[in-house]
Amino acid sequence: MPSRKKSRTIRVNYLTRAEGEAALRISMRDGELVDLRLEIFEPPRFFEAFLRGRESREAPDLTARICGICPVAYQMSTVHAFEQSYGITIDPAVRELRRLYMCGEWIESHALHIHMLAAPDYLGCDSILTMAEKNREAVERGLRIKQVGNAIVAALGGRSVHPVGACIGGFTRAPGRERLSGLRERLLRVRDDAVECARWVARFDLPVANRDIEFVSLRHPDEYPMNEGRIVSSKGVDAAAEDFEDCFEEHQVPYSNALHCKVKGRGPYFLGPLARINLNFDRLGPGAAAIARETGISWPSSNPYASIVARALEILYAVDEAVRVIDAYRPPDPPAAPFSVRAGVGRAITEAPRGSLYHAFETDDRGLIRAARIVPPTAQNQARIEADLRELAPELARHPQAAATRICEMAIRNYDPCISCSTHFLKLEIESH
Amino acid sequence: MKPRVAVFKFASCDGCQLQFLNAEDELLRLAGQVDFAYFPEARSRALEGPYDIAFVEGSVTTPADARRIIEVREESRYLITIGACATAGGIQALRNWADIEQYRRAVYPSPEFISTLSTSTPISEHVRVDFEIWGCPIDKYQLLAVTRSLLSGAQPVLPAHSVCIECKRRGNVCVVVARGEPCLGPVTRTGCGALCPSFNRGCYGCFGPANAHNMEAFARLLADQGVTGDEAMRRLRGINGYVRPWRETADALAEKK
Repeated sequence: MPSRKKSRTIRVNYLTRAEGEAALRISMRDGELVDLRLEIFEPPRFFEAFLRGRESREAPDLTARICGICPVAYQMSTVHAFEQSYGITIDPAVRELRRLYMCGEWIESHALHIHMLAAPDYLGCDSILTMAEKNREAVERGLRIKQVGNAIVAALGGRSVHPVGACIGGFTRAPGRERLSGLRERLLRVRDDAVECARWVARFDLPVANRDIEFVSLRHPDEYPMNEGRIVSSKGVDAAAEDFEDCFEEHQVPYSNALHCKVKGRGPYFLGPLARINLNFDRLGPGAAAIARETGISWPSSNPYASIVARALEILYAVDEAVRVIDAYRPPDPPAAPFSVRAGVGRAITEAPRGSLYHAFETDDRGLIRAARIVPPTAQNQARIEADLRELAPELARHPQAAATRICEMAIRNYDPCISCSTHFLKLEIESH
Repeated sequence: MKPRVAVFKFASCDGCQLQFLNAEDELLRLAGQVDFAYFPEARSRALEGPYDIAFVEGSVTTPADARRIIEVREESRYLITIGACATAGGIQALRNWADIEQYRRAVYPSPEFISTLSTSTPISEHVRVDFEIWGCPIDKYQLLAVTRSLLSGAQPVLPAHSVCIECKRRGNVCVVVARGEPCLGPVTRTGCGALCPSFNRGCYGCFGPANAHNMEAFARLLADQGVTGDEAMRRLRGINGYVRPWRETADALAEKK
């Protein structure tokens, strides 16, 4: 197609790949850090405000729209919060299906981040598309893994982005055994890919930085955490998920549309696959644990850059867990528990691919939402990301602009701040005085 | 030279542009046919315009974005909106009926730091749009079909009939007749594959209005099902609530109660 002649740049001060749009501003004087701001300028969409007055039954479809990459986790935190509020008992078969649903999202989201967002950094490429020219096999392997994750979500919810099957009480339709056994075959085929993927990322030239980090995730008495458990940390937090607000606090900074979070009385904390593995290595299952030991990383790891390896290990865990669920599957009947609405408050945390996702809802006696609070993992990681960048500052001073930018981008991408935040995203401003 | 494609994000969840990356089987082939000159979600290098095709995700909700969309239009030969946010204002257009100051205060402790418009509006309220792809999210096959049409110089065409017709084709049992479920299928555009009725639930309107939508008859159908007043209004004021026929019907329902 012909192009018009006129040429101009559209300048967006853009630190993408974090559930939206962000920029980084670093100011240094004589090699010393003066100011550092991770500015999230993703336009606010006010979910917590417009949820007021909506019916609780509508909520899982609405909160899913917060994130196109992890809608399943949003649906899961929402339905668990209302089930707590309404006192609904879930069929154990539904509970298992929900684990499968989360496995699907972890697989697709982690595969996306590893191959499309993070790996190009380590292979010196600007995107998966150029990476495919030299690393075709790894790219195709990544796409195969991602596809199976999408297929799991679609089996339970019709489509992989904003699936429609989840509801308070369970699912609107439970898949038949045949549907899931087809998935089982695909999962078994992709298991070797998952093992290879973990070995591949472990061979990347990962930066080494041992930091004093407080890791936070759910922990469950007998399984790797997804939808249930207590919230624990590597520095002693141990509380019921409902007591999240007693342990953590949000505060606003003038330069960001995302609220910052801290452990009360302490400081920033770290969520996501590395936190989950560090706090739940004993629940990882023999398959993933064996490969984890092979990587040469000693777990728990205080190196934030081990995140990409943790992410790959969680893919392997999720593949094995999905097969386990399918093998034991019996369709729940009915697929969703009947319930009546009542006035009250419900709170829940689930483990989104990027970390713990807290929802709290207050409803009136007609099941209309009176207040909603949603604390996404990327917002919680924000202060921790800034802390990492601050520790990097002395190193940045030694590098030219392009290299310094790349170092910062990798440090941020490492947290997999939702997709639009990760790839190309950083326009680094280092002001030197 | 390969045609230059750009993907822009406004207020959105990223789910629609994610459909490019979800086209696992076709992605590498597509990348052979076009140059993704600007696609921040997937590529760290951003090339300057002009662009042959600009895909725009998201709605306009800030003063800066209202200016940016005009620049995008100037840089682009074809501007295609992808998804409910860009095409109809999205779920965040629920603010259009509310007091934005209250919203700001409900979410942020220091609302003065937040720069936002009082409305969320579709791209077509700001600049000329060459083609709209509906859906929340869009369907990846529709996205690929539109891209191929543009690449071959043909006018893209997508079906605009109702979800009801899709249900009949699939042999779905009608959730309205059999289960008494309220369903937006009669007035909603096809594109999802009649997903919700296949999952035993009513359609909630992800793909916006069908070409032939009889809103009056639809409001009567809801009323016959006992869905009136606020409840009926909420059904329409959802993912695509700000699109004219649904907006007007919902506003009328709100006035009536």
